[in-house]
Amino acid sequence: MALIELRDLAKTYDLGEVQVHALRGVTLDIREGEFVALIGPSGSGKSTLMNLLGCLDRPTRGSYVLAGEEVAGLSRDQLAQVRSRRIGFVFQNFNLLARTSALENVETPLLYSKAFGRSDRRARAAELLDRVGLGDRHDHHPNQLSGGQQQRVAIARALVNKPAILLCDEPTGNLDTRTSREVMNFFRSLNADGLTVILVTHDLEVARRADRALVLIDGGVVADTTDFDQAAEMLHRRVLDGDDA
Amino acid sequence: MEIFDLLVISLRQLAKNKLRSGLTVLGVVIGIAAVTTMVSIGQATGDLVRTQFQSLGANVLIVFPGRVQKAGVSEGKRASLTAADAAAVASDCPSVRAASPLVGTQGQVIGGNVNWKPNELLGVGPDYLAVRNWPMASGAFLSERDVLGATKNCVIGHTIAQKLFPGADPMGQQIRIRNIPFTITGVLAKKGANMVGQDQDDIILMPWTTVRKRLQGSNFANVDVILVSARSEDSSAKAEQEMSLLLNERHKISPGERSDFHVENTAEIAKVLNVITSTMTAMLSAIAAISLVVGGVGIMNIMLVSVTERTREIGLRMALGARPRDILWQFLVEAVVLSCVGGAIGIAMGISASYAITAGLNAMLPDAHWPFVVSVPAAIIALVFAGCVGVFFGFYPARRASRLDPIEALRYD
Repeated sequence: MALIELRDLAKTYDLGEVQVHALRGVTLDIREGEFVALIGPSGSGKSTLMNLLGCLDRPTRGSYVLAGEEVAGLSRDQLAQVRSRRIGFVFQNFNLLARTSALENVETPLLYSKAFGRSDRRARAAELLDRVGLGDRHDHHPNQLSGGQQQRVAIARALVNKPAILLCDEPTGNLDTRTSREVMNFFRSLNADGLTVILVTHDLEVARRADRALVLIDGGVVADTTDFDQAAEMLHRRVLDGDDA
Repeated sequence: MEIFDLLVISLRQLAKNKLRSGLTVLGVVIGIAAVTTMVSIGQATGDLVRTQFQSLGANVLIVFPGRVQKAGVSEGKRASLTAADAAAVASDCPSVRAASPLVGTQGQVIGGNVNWKPNELLGVGPDYLAVRNWPMASGAFLSERDVLGATKNCVIGHTIAQKLFPGADPMGQQIRIRNIPFTITGVLAKKGANMVGQDQDDIILMPWTTVRKRLQGSNFANVDVILVSARSEDSSAKAEQEMSLLLNERHKISPGERSDFHVENTAEIAKVLNVITSTMTAMLSAIAAISLVVGGVGIMNIMLVSVTERTREIGLRMALGARPRDILWQFLVEAVVLSCVGGAIGIAMGISASYAITAGLNAMLPDAHWPFVVSVPAAIIALVFAGCVGVFFGFYPARRASRLDPIEALRYD
């Protein structure tokens, strides 16, 4: 059984007069331990798919089974608990709480999961910060950290609840090339330890570090492949087609 | 999320914006300070009234002679009350503890080498001090024998002792009142000023018979008033009834006929005064409470701004697993902490203000001895009320925060 099973998953935004079909029925499986890149130009529906995968949004139609649990019809409260237990988010702009120490930033998800007691929380957060190589930066605030360090704090925060999926939305978008490589290497090592990583990006070079590519165009998956050259070709062709039309 | 974590988060958040938090709570601070001060001063006034009535004596009732009426015109007081009436009231009315006749006069006093005009020059019975709940400082009070013999013994108040015999023992000294020599047989304990600031220790007491016969040269046995003390505050109304019955009977007044005396119950007057002061306090507090509501609106305003400013944070917290109700609680607790901190500061300021006002009143009226009262229940109620203001005005912004869509909130700039 796959970790993620999407069956005809669709999302339509009703803007009154027009209906925007952001996602037109996606069916795919992602197994535990995979490293998947979700690629597509802007407006392709990859953000919508990521929001659905991250249980931030509810689909208009279709089914999403996450770790054996149907989550398509859950309430806001139930979705919050699924996020808390199973999903770790890494954002392009890090999204750390300003004027809050690295340790407290990493601790924040534990406030909502009740997985650890008050005294254990601090130790758990410290453990994660040590793991991302920021053992000496516990009390630093985000504005005292470099971009790469901030993203590592964010990764520690995403991992603190032992999620099933790490969902990364353009994680290297705000980082220089060298730091990007470091962060990607870190994702690879996490994946090697068995963590399922889903990487959302428009940057093909970044996507190449994944094992499997899902190419989204106009709300549909046009390629599901391990061959990144093929994925690149699909992407270019569709973009060119779009320009012709 | 546990309440402790919520408290820590909200305190940290408020500490990040100290100036803003301070200005936000200002409305609540002023409101609570005003309420606290009003209640404190109101209670002090009530206490003052109560102690003043107690200094008058223990549950005192005063029997006045009735007025003479001719064809509907009131023509002065009748000489209807006698010392025998006082004795009868004391012995026959079960709710009466003690009674004393009282005759007032005026006069110049010469003692030592000082010439002095006392506030009060009273002729009384031996139970006068029992009625007024007034102990002796030294010596003994006038006895039944003094009254019967109309002796030239007198008892003086603390002020007289100081004015006439500064630094000396007045006991056994001679004073002259209207050229009649009196012997001082006792000095009263200090009682202080009464409600209107009049010195109650500026007093000379002598047998009422002495005043009548020797100072006024009168042979009439009537007295000005009879001072009565009831056994307790509750029995004062009963004492009033018993006395009316007894005196009507003694004065041979048939039922339905107009009495030739009337009774004033100071306990009743004290009750009325208490009602007045507490009503005033309640009204002033209600006005002060309005400023609290204004303060609450200020908190709501800032919380709404804060929700908008922190939209991204809210989205992030939701992405990290916060349920809508976690967000609701976070903002609600923040508003309540804000208003409770304001309430605590307000209480401190209110206590300081009422202390300053009390000190000011006492500086202006040195004899009044205005008490400084801090009402703990009022402080607690004020704090709870501030908390309620926080809940009431914090709920709408908190609810708004909790209803944000996580995706849109995360994208918000």
